[in-house]
Amino acid sequence: MMNDLKIKTIEEFQRDGISPEILFWVGCAGSFDDRAKRITKAFVKILNSANISFGVLGKDESCTGDPAKRAGNEFLFQMQAMTNIEVLNSFEIKTIVTTCPHCFNTLKNEYPDLGGNYKVYHHTQFINKLLEEGRFSIEGGSYKGKKITYHDPCFLGRANNEYNAPRNLIKKIDAELAELKRCKSKALCCGAGGAQMFKESEKGKTEINLERAEEIKENSSKIVATGCPFCNTMLTDGTKSFEKEKQVEVLDIAELIVRAKDL
Amino acid sequence: MVVSLGFFSRNVMRLKRNINLGKGQTDPITNKPERIKNMLRIALGQSKMVTRPIPGILHLIVYLGFIIINIELIEILIDGIFGTHRVFSSIGGFYGFLIGSFEVFAVLVLIAVIAFWSRRNIIRIKRFSETKMMGWPKLDADLILYFEIILMSLFLLMNATDVEFQNMNNGNVISGYIYPYFSGYSEETLHLFERSFWWSHIIGIFIFLNYLYYSKHLHIILAFPNTYYASLSDMGKLNNMKSVTNEVNIMMGKSSESDVNDDINFGASDVMDLSWLQLLNAYSCTECGRCTSACPANMTGKKLSPRKIMMDTRDRIEEVGNNIDTNGKYINDNKKLLGDYISMEELWACTSCNACVEECPISINPLSIIMDMRRNLVMEDSSAPSELNNMMSNIENNGAPWPYNQQDRLNWNE
Repeated sequence: MMNDLKIKTIEEFQRDGISPEILFWVGCAGSFDDRAKRITKAFVKILNSANISFGVLGKDESCTGDPAKRAGNEFLFQMQAMTNIEVLNSFEIKTIVTTCPHCFNTLKNEYPDLGGNYKVYHHTQFINKLLEEGRFSIEGGSYKGKKITYHDPCFLGRANNEYNAPRNLIKKIDAELAELKRCKSKALCCGAGGAQMFKESEKGKTEINLERAEEIKENSSKIVATGCPFCNTMLTDGTKSFEKEKQVEVLDIAELIVRAKDL
Repeated sequence: MVVSLGFFSRNVMRLKRNINLGKGQTDPITNKPERIKNMLRIALGQSKMVTRPIPGILHLIVYLGFIIINIELIEILIDGIFGTHRVFSSIGGFYGFLIGSFEVFAVLVLIAVIAFWSRRNIIRIKRFSETKMMGWPKLDADLILYFEIILMSLFLLMNATDVEFQNMNNGNVISGYIYPYFSGYSEETLHLFERSFWWSHIIGIFIFLNYLYYSKHLHIILAFPNTYYASLSDMGKLNNMKSVTNEVNIMMGKSSESDVNDDINFGASDVMDLSWLQLLNAYSCTECGRCTSACPANMTGKKLSPRKIMMDTRDRIEEVGNNIDTNGKYINDNKKLLGDYISMEELWACTSCNACVEECPISINPLSIIMDMRRNLVMEDSSAPSELNNMMSNIENNGAPWPYNQQDRLNWNE
């Protein structure tokens, strides 16, 4: 029921003379990648169900510049950052929530020096905040007792020290968290970061996502949760390598909650 | 002793000069209490070593042994300078306790060092066998272990042949068992033995002190400033280049041209382009290879090895340093860190996942060097892989790494 989603742009909010509680920064993957669009919709369902007033930038949103920065193009990054900061500041944005750890990291850590100061949340952090404030609830649901494993996105985990928010949500849906061998600060990258997503990898004996997939194959669960659209793509591709032996599903935490609650 | 200390201070000056070949640190050194806490916790407290328990505990033994036995060194030095004999022994029972624990530690260190040697030479742990580790790095690692074996043995033998000390029977918990092996010798011979062990021990220590500069063992000193100056920000934060901010401000009409320096080199192609902190990192590296063993690119067979990045950086600083020593100033040798030491293939294999930064027991950041060199490749050389150039022109033209129209940003809801 896609059309049921209530979405408003910041511009529309401004026209009505109100400012929303948060800006939902959708990100490039969340806007354009077919798989990641489903994550965007899942998170909006959660926001709608909790009656959160949120706006999106729509056509005013542009790449944060993360892939350019990590590819070495600091010029392009700062051009993007300063343009985005002008837009964000002109709308007087205070709080940003995003479903992409790369956008999250850049907005949170790299924008302040350039004049962009916002409270930035990863969506798993924001959902936890809603739970704590009693504005949203998750009680069990269809994943009760099922085993779920979790892949730490580098830019949420090591880069920003957030290991608990996503894990807490897995607990909330009453699933049993079966950790991967390398997890939390020792988690293995999916292979997409540092602009690798956009290029062929260098010559080697295997691919990083296949190496990670091996670990997922050995894990007792059939669901891999993650909190990053790029990890999602890499792991979905990686786990296809053993689909004949074991079928796993790679889902974003937001999607798990939507399914658990049947939103 | 004077020669040794003179040589040592010469090396310290040289080290200081070489580290200062780097650029000024971009971030100001703020929050000193937090920095001191980090230094005490990570360097003094070894908190990150024990994340790998076996080498962590072995290292802890050698580290504690080193510190504790150095207390005995104070006595050895005082005896040496004033011609006294075991000047502290007058404190009585407690002296026995001290020497006793030194002796126990000496044995524990011997065991730990032999275990370390076996890990490198018998078990041959994978992270010690990279190509870059062949030759001097391997010899260096083994030499340090041999040094420690010799120094510990000399300490025990010195105590065992010290008749006066053995007769005190206070603190000779280990050497008391070695003493009987020397029972066939006269007291004079024993005294000669004791003196020669004493001299070898003290000379050994001075040699070791001066060996540090040429060795990965420099970490025993540099781990402290290294953990103190390490970034306090979240690991995900990659610095924003101020030189670029200036240029972007001009382009966006926010600033005039006046504050622009024309000869800025964007990113790093050689050690002089790196910051002094990155050079300090390179000198501090103990070549343990935890970074490389955790690197996703390395474990999937790519050429990138974060340890090699640090070792190459140090090798190149030394080369530049020698160049300055010979010529009085740096004369272009047509070599660069980028290209002659570190290849593009290594740099482009990095996923910026921060596993290497997380792993380093003394807070070295290999990722920052990789990123600075990528910056040079892209902004000075325009030599990014073509797919990345496509990605970047997409961002430039339509605000996304893929060729989609910015006007369609809201279409995900259709």
